[in-house]
Amino acid sequence: MTDISVSLPGAVVAATDKVKDETPIMTKVAKATSTGPGKYIVWLIAVLWTVPTMGLLISSFRPEDDIKTSGWWTWFGEPGSVTFDNYTTVLSDKVGGQPFSAFFWNTVRIAVPGAIIPIAVASFAAYALSWMKFKGRDALSVFIVALMVVPLQMCLIPLLRLFSSDTFKKLPLEGVPSIWLAHAIFGMPIAIFLLKNFIGSLPSEVIEAARVDGASHMTIFMKIVMPLSVPAIASLAIFQFLWVWNDLLVAKVFGGGARNQPMTFALVDMVGNKGNEWQLLTAGAFITMIVPLIVFLSLQRYFVRGLLAGSVKG
Amino acid sequence: MGDIFSSLGLVVVGIAIFVAVIWALYWLASQLREPWRERARTAVFIGPGLVLLLGLVIPALLNFRFSFLNRNDEWYGFGNYRDIFTNDSNIKVLANTLWWGILVTGVSTVIGVTIARFADRMRGEPFAKALIFLPTAISMVGAGIIWNFVYSPREYGLLNSMLQLLPGEQEIQFFLQDPKLFGIQHELVPGLNTVLIMVVIIWIQAGFATVVISAALKGVPEDLVEAAKIDGATDRQAFYKVVLPYIKGTIITVATTVVIAVLKIFDIIQTMGKGGSFGTSTMANEMYEQAFPQDNEGLGAAWAVLLFVAVAPIVFVNARNQRAMREGR
Repeated sequence: MTDISVSLPGAVVAATDKVKDETPIMTKVAKATSTGPGKYIVWLIAVLWTVPTMGLLISSFRPEDDIKTSGWWTWFGEPGSVTFDNYTTVLSDKVGGQPFSAFFWNTVRIAVPGAIIPIAVASFAAYALSWMKFKGRDALSVFIVALMVVPLQMCLIPLLRLFSSDTFKKLPLEGVPSIWLAHAIFGMPIAIFLLKNFIGSLPSEVIEAARVDGASHMTIFMKIVMPLSVPAIASLAIFQFLWVWNDLLVAKVFGGGARNQPMTFALVDMVGNKGNEWQLLTAGAFITMIVPLIVFLSLQRYFVRGLLAGSVKG
Repeated sequence: MGDIFSSLGLVVVGIAIFVAVIWALYWLASQLREPWRERARTAVFIGPGLVLLLGLVIPALLNFRFSFLNRNDEWYGFGNYRDIFTNDSNIKVLANTLWWGILVTGVSTVIGVTIARFADRMRGEPFAKALIFLPTAISMVGAGIIWNFVYSPREYGLLNSMLQLLPGEQEIQFFLQDPKLFGIQHELVPGLNTVLIMVVIIWIQAGFATVVISAALKGVPEDLVEAAKIDGATDRQAFYKVVLPYIKGTIITVATTVVIAVLKIFDIIQTMGKGGSFGTSTMANEMYEQAFPQDNEGLGAAWAVLLFVAVAPIVFVNARNQRAMREGR
């Protein structure tokens, strides 16, 4: 059991690890607590929780006429035709003058750098806060943690004013880069905090020994600290990526026109203007969910960790 | 498609340039004499992060000032705050947000504890938990569409179709437009529409609560439970008197985390409440609506300050509780 608990609630993460490893000392609390009808409650909730998503998924494969005239549950009685038409239709459906597929690529374009940039910047800062000696280091660390109490809503108006000021307009930051920058700013406290927790807890003998051998901070950072921090960076990257992928607010405020907007924007627009065109909405909603669901199913362990770690994000 | 790969390629190049620039600056710093060498090297490492943090601190401070201006950027004193606390529709927003915090947090946490308790070591436990946890991955906008479909007044709306199964003549319900709850319409009472939107967030947050509480439950030492049993405690007593107190820290973590998320609820109101129509607005939604579509930045800034005042203490409690848990074991 390697201890890669980057996240805040170390105890919780350690507990998750224990479960995964099925260690013999695993407790039998269950025996003591779970008897009788309890399991029926669990399965009932599990089914209830699945039905809404299943309804939408089934509907997304039914022809438009079927969707609009009968409930998706009738499909079990008489499985009508199955079609991929809804997906092809929605991808070319125009929102704000461009097809939905363009919004898909916008989401990719926003989310990948939106996750990488803050982590790259925060890694250097976390190293400095952990292993470089300077005046006021501890105070600065405390201040960064304290910044996590600021909800991002506090910064929207002033930042937007700054981004639309004349000096800023001269920089090539309009549109998607503005969204990257905003996500990097809002993600900075939690990213530095989590990475510092991890990088700071690396064994000091390793760092000291490299120092004694004459390695520079840059060498230690690149050759020792970064490779060791892969698990921590992976959790943080998954969390930040999904956060940006699913975001609506930051893109809406900083992205400008529809040209730079992600899928979430296009879908809210569709709900407003084509609220009963379920052949479009069902397929469109599933297209936004595919990537998060793949991440969820394939990387559940990191996903839980990232979620816990990011739970206090501004 | 080709466009996307070229722009992702650009990102890789961008990151490479960023690292190369840091590297070059670090090399330059290394050419200096002590004590400047070490200082400059530190500055190179921490500088970019600090600049971005300033992009958070300065706007947050400016926001306080903006909250005292009116929509024409003139000094308005506490006018925006007065408008919030004296206007009925704004009181409704505050009350809604409060109900969100209480109901969604309470129900999600209770469901989390219940499932974690009964699913523990049950046959098919991982599968059942994965089904309940799945909605956590979905965006609020996606979740909003899933549930709009369930609540639809048309013949394909699941909830209305179930309503029709009840005996007697049932009227078709426009659930998401009904601002009454049990026939009551009052600014301090959330509407049926608000409650039904809360269901969606409970649907999302209960999975999070389940997974975290379930993990904690597996960390409860067996001896503790056994000892209680030997002393004559029933299963139920053992759970409430021994297991629950043992995982109290985790439950606080879950509850505070859910409150923080819920107080900032925005996307779902945009998707299902059509941007806060029919009395569904919340503080974060109102902040956006006032500041941007309504172009009243002063009022929007005031809502942001109130949101900060509401969220900050909870984040503080959350962080302190998590530190206590880390150090406790």
